[in-house]
Amino acid sequence: MAARAQPVGGTGRAAHRAAAPRPDAPRPVAIWPGTCAALGVALLVLGTLAAVAMRAEGGSGFGPSEASALRFTLIQASLSAVFSVGLAIPVARALARRRFAGRRVLITLLGAPFILPVIVAILGLLAVFGRSGWISGALGAFGLDPLRIYGLHGVVIAHVFFNLPLATRLILQGWQEIPAERFRLAAQLNAGPGAMWHLLEAPMLRRILPGAMAVIFAICLSSFAVALTLGGGPKATTLELAIYQAFHFDFDLGRAAVLSTVQLGLTVVAAVLALRVPVGEGVGAGLDRAVVRWDATGRSATLLDVVWIGFATLFLMLPLLAVLVAGAPGLLSLPAPVWSAAWVSVQVAALSTGLLLLVALPLSASIALGRRQLGEIAGILGLAASPLVIGTGLFVLIYPVASPAHVALPVTALVNMVMALPFALRILVPRMQQVMQQNARLALALNMRGPAFWRRVIWPRCRAQIGFAAGLTAALSLGDLGVVALFADPETATLPLQVYRLMGAYRMEAAQAAALLLFILSMGAFWLLDRGGKFHAEA
Amino acid sequence: MLKLDAVTLQKGDFRLQADLQIAAGAQVAVIGPSGAGKSTLLEAIAGFLPARDGRILWRGQDITALPPGQRPVAMLFQDGNLFPHLTLRQNVGLGIDANRRLSAAQAEAVTAALARVGLAGMEERRPADLSGGQQSRAALARVLVQGRDLLLLDEPFAALGPALKAEMLDLVAEIVTEKGATLLMVSHDPQDARRIATEVVLVADGHVYPPSPTAEILDNPPPALRAYLGAPTGS
Repeated sequence: MAARAQPVGGTGRAAHRAAAPRPDAPRPVAIWPGTCAALGVALLVLGTLAAVAMRAEGGSGFGPSEASALRFTLIQASLSAVFSVGLAIPVARALARRRFAGRRVLITLLGAPFILPVIVAILGLLAVFGRSGWISGALGAFGLDPLRIYGLHGVVIAHVFFNLPLATRLILQGWQEIPAERFRLAAQLNAGPGAMWHLLEAPMLRRILPGAMAVIFAICLSSFAVALTLGGGPKATTLELAIYQAFHFDFDLGRAAVLSTVQLGLTVVAAVLALRVPVGEGVGAGLDRAVVRWDATGRSATLLDVVWIGFATLFLMLPLLAVLVAGAPGLLSLPAPVWSAAWVSVQVAALSTGLLLLVALPLSASIALGRRQLGEIAGILGLAASPLVIGTGLFVLIYPVASPAHVALPVTALVNMVMALPFALRILVPRMQQVMQQNARLALALNMRGPAFWRRVIWPRCRAQIGFAAGLTAALSLGDLGVVALFADPETATLPLQVYRLMGAYRMEAAQAAALLLFILSMGAFWLLDRGGKFHAEA
Repeated sequence: MLKLDAVTLQKGDFRLQADLQIAAGAQVAVIGPSGAGKSTLLEAIAGFLPARDGRILWRGQDITALPPGQRPVAMLFQDGNLFPHLTLRQNVGLGIDANRRLSAAQAEAVTAALARVGLAGMEERRPADLSGGQQSRAALARVLVQGRDLLLLDEPFAALGPALKAEMLDLVAEIVTEKGATLLMVSHDPQDARRIATEVVLVADGHVYPPSPTAEILDNPPPALRAYLGAPTGS
């Protein structure tokens, strides 16, 4: 999610414009499909908000329960950002200066929570930190009280689980961007750990940390599934969850509209802030190089690093291991509704992935051809868009003409597409720019037109990135528990919703087995599409 | 005849004026200091840079507003003249039709063109498997099948060694003479001009000067060219 859109470039443009009108420089593919795609997304995000606002007949204003939801949203997002980044600093430092077997695997795994279904992680966290989880069990053996995971600290733990890896990758990147020569020079000057910190590390962190914090804060503002499962109650309700409750339990559109407006205002401000601060990729490659360091060879420094790497590994791997262990026995005897929900989820993910390619490909081509403002719009809207707000708006629009339950699945696919779009653009745009730069002129000289350019140049040259983006979207869509909760009637469910319902019915064994199935499906879909794109693709 | 009729080109703050004619079938070297606008001139003729003012005509027909692919122009750039992910056969085939599959006869023509430039049997190789000289030959094979009236070279052989570059220029001269095409070639090296160009166009001080016979202008350079060439070049 890091820095989804590039800052607007080309400051010298205005001067250029002032000159007499002249025909545009030629382009190998048209700009308008991308413009249409961006406008469509903007219309969906802003139009649904307008639809909610129109239906909000006065009355309910901003009351104490709304204020409490706002407060909780801000507090949990701040705490999540602080803890994620704070814990990530020593982990990233340890990863930056140590080489060990499995380092690459560990860094790759740091990317995994991104496509991990939230509900799977929550079942894993419950199995480790829950009342009857592993840690509580161990505490009980010493006669101590079990842990309580529900409430603010549960929400924060889950958010740290998801965002510690992201923060670690961002900060690790900062460490690796310090040129090796600087470390060599510092070593030659006999700089100890303290001097090294002042000379090299602290300035880098001052540059990286604000961006990392802002991104994670923005992500946690829109927390729904985590708050739904681990929060709840008047004291631990996020705005997103409050929208769901206003809508689902009370069908109070006025209240949903007020909450939606507050939510959107908050996320737009956060998104703009997060995009202002420069951040690295976070999802990119090139993190597998350990910097050679001449300091920090002492025994205590080594021990410290081992402890931090061990902590991060355990914190991230134990919940996954727990899902595996708890879910495996029930995997073969899953109830029938789980299988049908799985089939539904696969269809939704396929539709969502198809929609994404339809929007992201022309959009990224237009951005690569110089329409950077389209990327800005898509970036801010994508980071700010709230699935629940879009969902509520669509519900309001669809309700008079059709039964919302009938369109639950296409709507879910559509909303999933919007949520995945910023990441897809982040993956596609840089490659698309490179391909345009290298090939557009030659294609133009050969009179290669739109479809032929797509087929003969863009597709073969961007296949790996298209596969990666498609895999990411499919996995995100498979794991999404959000808007479908608004729309689905008791007969329809996606797999994550089915897992949630099984949890709600206290059928934990079936829920864990279904979660394992969901985990396998998400990772499988990602692997298949990502591999498919890279298969026989040139570097 | 290629005619640039009171053409003004603009790139940022840089302006270039061109008002000249080049005879059909001429082989012209475009010479001038770096940054003077040699590439800009070729880009405009090829249609990559829209002219701010004036008209460009080929055989009396106004081509100023035509997109690059529809002009009677084949152009080779400094680099990126082949798609790296396509085989030589595919790359050369694009010169015949970039949008559709080729007929059997057209495929024949591709094979023949590759053989003509000395790349017989390499049809299924990709550019990365070839030497720099072979890549240039493949690009020239595409120029051959394109069969355009105007060939523009923006120093495509700059990265080759002197012997190889001379070889390529000779091949270009052969192809151009064979096809009766008109050649415009950017060059830094007066020796290149002497080797294959019948005429020289000087680009300097924001102006494109009308062509002069090669030997004449190089042996007796006007002040702008003398400043660029430095010492006299001899023959």
